[in-house]
Amino acid sequence: MEMINFDHISASPLLPEVKQAMIDIINGEYGNPSSQHKIGEKAFVAIDNARTSLAELINCRDSKEIVFTSGGTESINHAIKGVAFANAEKGKHIVTSNIEHNAVVRSLRRLKTMGYEVTSLSVDESGKVNPEDVVKAITNETILVSIMHSNNEIGTIQNIKEIAQITKEKKIIFHTDAVDSVGIVPIDVQELGVDLLSFASNTFYGPTGVGGLYIRKACRIFPLLDGGMQENNKRAGAENLIGIVGMGVAAEIAKRDMDKRLVHLKSLKNKFINDIPKYIDEYYINGNVENSLPNLVSISIKYIEGESVVLMLDDENFAVSTRSACASGSLRTSHVLLSIGRDSADAQGTLVITFGINNTEAQVTKFLESLKIVVKSLRDISPLYKGK
Amino acid sequence: MYSKTVMDHFRNPRNVGTIDNANGIGEVGNPLCGDMMTLYIKVNDDNLIEDVKFQTFGCGSAIAVSSMLTELAKGKTLDEAKKITNKDVAKALEGLPKNKLHCSNLGADALQKAIKDYEEKKSGKVKTDSRNIEPPIAESHDEHKHDDQCHCSYCDSDLPDGATFCKACHSDILAKLENNA
Repeated sequence: MEMINFDHISASPLLPEVKQAMIDIINGEYGNPSSQHKIGEKAFVAIDNARTSLAELINCRDSKEIVFTSGGTESINHAIKGVAFANAEKGKHIVTSNIEHNAVVRSLRRLKTMGYEVTSLSVDESGKVNPEDVVKAITNETILVSIMHSNNEIGTIQNIKEIAQITKEKKIIFHTDAVDSVGIVPIDVQELGVDLLSFASNTFYGPTGVGGLYIRKACRIFPLLDGGMQENNKRAGAENLIGIVGMGVAAEIAKRDMDKRLVHLKSLKNKFINDIPKYIDEYYINGNVENSLPNLVSISIKYIEGESVVLMLDDENFAVSTRSACASGSLRTSHVLLSIGRDSADAQGTLVITFGINNTEAQVTKFLESLKIVVKSLRDISPLYKGK
Repeated sequence: MYSKTVMDHFRNPRNVGTIDNANGIGEVGNPLCGDMMTLYIKVNDDNLIEDVKFQTFGCGSAIAVSSMLTELAKGKTLDEAKKITNKDVAKALEGLPKNKLHCSNLGADALQKAIKDYEEKKSGKVKTDSRNIEPPIAESHDEHKHDDQCHCSYCDSDLPDGATFCKACHSDILAKLENNA
């Protein structure tokens, strides 16, 4: 039986058009875009086209503001460390939030060991940062504010525009990790007013291992990788031609189909949230109700543990993700779920369900039927559950 | 990932449930740590573990460990059962992922607690009625209070300022940094 993927945040299938474009470039071109001959020029054009597609997807003023990277993690590391290193003389204070992705958390942890200071803001129970708190956290030493656009565990979307107005007034660089937003929800860097914005191709059905960083012109930042003059002298190393071409096509289609996709994804999410009380009880839906990713549902199911749920659903041919510490490798409770007030036991039973463009409402119903059985069988053997 | 035997015990756990007239109960772990197991044993007059049942809140390996432990313990004398270790359980399961050995492999501990409970009850030390046992209260274990003490960049741990040794992964941070340099 075919697997039904409700874990698009972990991996999304390549669009057929993306696959074809990548095959075509493998068959057709192999050049180094930096070369001065015709073989190199063809590769340069292919990358330039992809850059234009990405610039259009997030509405850059100039496509040169896009720097291609090896993915979201590199983009985030580049943004944070690049700004920190380039502006160290001005100050060493950085403001962030308590629910950032580990790429942000650990980049900042590394900087802390090098003498930087970090203020991490708490969020409300829906996962929102209060822009007033950003104002209060800023000091004369602050060089960077990094707040994510949408959260990868609970889906909450922040009021980035309002925060960017604050940083703009104070002339502080603002980075937003938009890895789970770009290609899913409309993103306009000029409208948002951010200086740096990270994205990844696999969020919008492009290949993994490729992403990018929007760097507003005149933003003071050092490269993360030093070497050649590639990427407008902002990221050394010969470009990942095949990956970038694939991402470019995925970006074009994401822009073209965004409205249609949004309607579809929202309908799946609404169906899930509206129907789930018919199948299970005693759970929390995490995240902000009004403003969150249209493709993500985070649910904490009481008295059971998420890895067991994932394994059992896998047997039923459904792929989902969990935020249980047991499945995290580090065996630590999710800092995001603790930050929005879940206790460790409830965090253990948290599933992250991410819909994709090929999922259907019938699949949601089938999934809920399986989930009901799985939850019941795990609660039946749980010493925490006293129910019927 | 998990071995075939682990997946078999996870999918079809043996001896799930409670024993109404259990004469020994052992409870280990804690929901805050991710895994919790309650083990019920019925010991007969010949000191034989006649019946054993479990309830577990936890991941795949925790459930498989519980199930395998009940199979190992059932029909054993108390003296034999006392010799069962967590290592034996992991071995019978054809191994567990390294990161699960510490947290989910609690089965033998639960058994030893249940045996102790039985012996104490028998000698009149404890008089609680096992059937009225309250559900466990969530308390944090000391070994899981990582936040204020350990964490280095080699495991997943925040270190206090100036720390040179990580209590979580037992790494000498400075030595590691120097070796990597």
